Amino acid sequence: MLRMAIIETRALAKKFGKIKAVDGIDLDIERGEIFGLLGPNGAGKTTTIGMLCTIVKPTSGSATLAGHDIMKEPSAVRRSVGIVFQDPTLDTTLTGRENLILHAMLYAVPKGLREKRIDEILTLVDLKERADDVTRQYSGGMRRRLELARGLLHRPAVLFLDEPTLGLDPQTRARTWEYIKKMAREEKTTVVLTTHYMEEAEQVCDRVGIIDHGKIIALGSPDALKEKMGGYLVVLRVKNPPLDKIRALPYVKEVKPDGDTIEITLEAAHIHLPELLSIVPGVECVETRVPTLNDVFLKLTGRDIRDEESEDSGGWFTAVAQHQQRGK
Amino acid sequence: MGGGNGKGKGKAPGKRLPVEEITPHNPGARLSLRAELGGVYAVWWREIKVFQREKSRVVSSIISPIMWLFLFGGGVGSSVSMGQTDYQNFIYPGVLCMSVLFGSVFFGLYIVWDKKLDVLKAVLVAPVSRVSIFFGKVLGGCTDVMIQALLLSCFALLFPAVNLWMIPVALCFLFVTSVAMVSMGLAIGSMFESLEGFQVISTFLVFPLFFSSGALYPVSDKLPGWLLGVVRLNPLTYSVDGVRGVLIGQNSFPLLADFGAILFFATLMILLGSWLFSRMK
Repeated sequence: MLRMAIIETRALAKKFGKIKAVDGIDLDIERGEIFGLLGPNGAGKTTTIGMLCTIVKPTSGSATLAGHDIMKEPSAVRRSVGIVFQDPTLDTTLTGRENLILHAMLYAVPKGLREKRIDEILTLVDLKERADDVTRQYSGGMRRRLELARGLLHRPAVLFLDEPTLGLDPQTRARTWEYIKKMAREEKTTVVLTTHYMEEAEQVCDRVGIIDHGKIIALGSPDALKEKMGGYLVVLRVKNPPLDKIRALPYVKEVKPDGDTIEITLEAAHIHLPELLSIVPGVECVETRVPTLNDVFLKLTGRDIRDEESEDSGGWFTAVAQHQQRGK
Repeated sequence: MGGGNGKGKGKAPGKRLPVEEITPHNPGARLSLRAELGGVYAVWWREIKVFQREKSRVVSSIISPIMWLFLFGGGVGSSVSMGQTDYQNFIYPGVLCMSVLFGSVFFGLYIVWDKKLDVLKAVLVAPVSRVSIFFGKVLGGCTDVMIQALLLSCFALLFPAVNLWMIPVALCFLFVTSVAMVSMGLAIGSMFESLEGFQVISTFLVFPLFFSSGALYPVSDKLPGWLLGVVRLNPLTYSVDGVRGVLIGQNSFPLLADFGAILFFATLMILLGSWLFSRMK
């Protein structure tokens, strides 16, 4: 059988006025993979997903999803995707089960299959016992899980998750990722997600695309991207290091002195670190670091993804508080 | 709510998934009637579930008509009567129309709240056309309002001038009125972003419609000329006149003309409402 990417975009672009939110993206996402779109806020992640779900109309370029053109066959595309939005969109006046029934009807899930499928998916996210409670009484994590379940209810070819763990506490976040992995595996669904929690993306995604200013600036598996960074980072605090001697070592890739400390990039630090330390006298302090996707991002863009993060999560938390105050 | 507003403005575009620019109809794709009807039913079903869960709303929604009937009607009726008809009997059809008017318009405007809470977002991305979602909402609102009207029609037993056999016909008038008014509410709600507009709509639209409909006084040449003009332009006038004609036989226009007028207005509002709803962001 011919292997065809489940999502193909060609020079896909979206302008809001003069701002290029997405600036010509070429991307092939394979069937069954968990793909992460990473980048700071405003990088174009959400707009890209919006276009692929036919919610946002592209300014130019093209894309197909499960063989359907997003411009010409929006209904077919919509039937083929499940979406979990960044902001909660559950109907909090309805129970968990009722939310799923509503969704099943909107997506024309055949009546005979409906009940069985709802039970199945509720079991998958461990919400069967609470299914008949009004979702207003659910915790943040439970609401997210129900939204995941809802997104998968009609067996979409692709599940889009926009910042699925934003606003959840760290424990709930870890559990939510476990559910996402489990669901992707058991339902054999392609998952496309956006997040700016780099370390979480690293653990979940088969492949990631780093997006900045509307362009994909790096693409590959988290390991491959980190490898390009050139191995492990060792930071030594030492006075008058023998820089030339260090540079001469075959496994040292880069040496950056910075006042009292030097940053050394090593291949396979766990093997070579003892030897390195033996030739540098008077080391006061050693710190080793495995590069993260965040380092990759930092190197590619010159910015820390977190710089832009704090302000946004604050805004989101305020929004959540207001949601709860409104009570509906 | 301020935070909700702030989120939309000022931030980089495309941060939240904006529900915008959905192609509402797509000539290339085959329209699946079954899926569309399923969508209408789904949206209606949701409204009924919400309605069932908020039973207190049903009770409170008939409090205001009851006050008009007994506190206002009883008071004015003690010194005023309309020909041979007692004043309370006279305003009963008008109060039925009033409850339909208020219930329907505010149900429609409620869409602003749905938008604000993102409840609608998940529905709007479903493979169902906006027009179907609109019709589901209209039917949901009408069901809601007709249940209230049915409860209020029990009070007819207290008013001897009312012909009880004609209540089903009156309900037909009220149903078409409700379709028109829910559609109008949805049309307005589609354009609003915040709930601040509610007071304005209530002051400048809903109350004027009610007071100039002849619900509380007969439409005759005795009215000052300017008021008569306003009354004749008001679509609710024909619904009040029709219901009053059917129930107590006091109508100023032919019943068929009344029904035609309100049907015409309903059609207009459905067209306007579904168009605005389809373009809603």
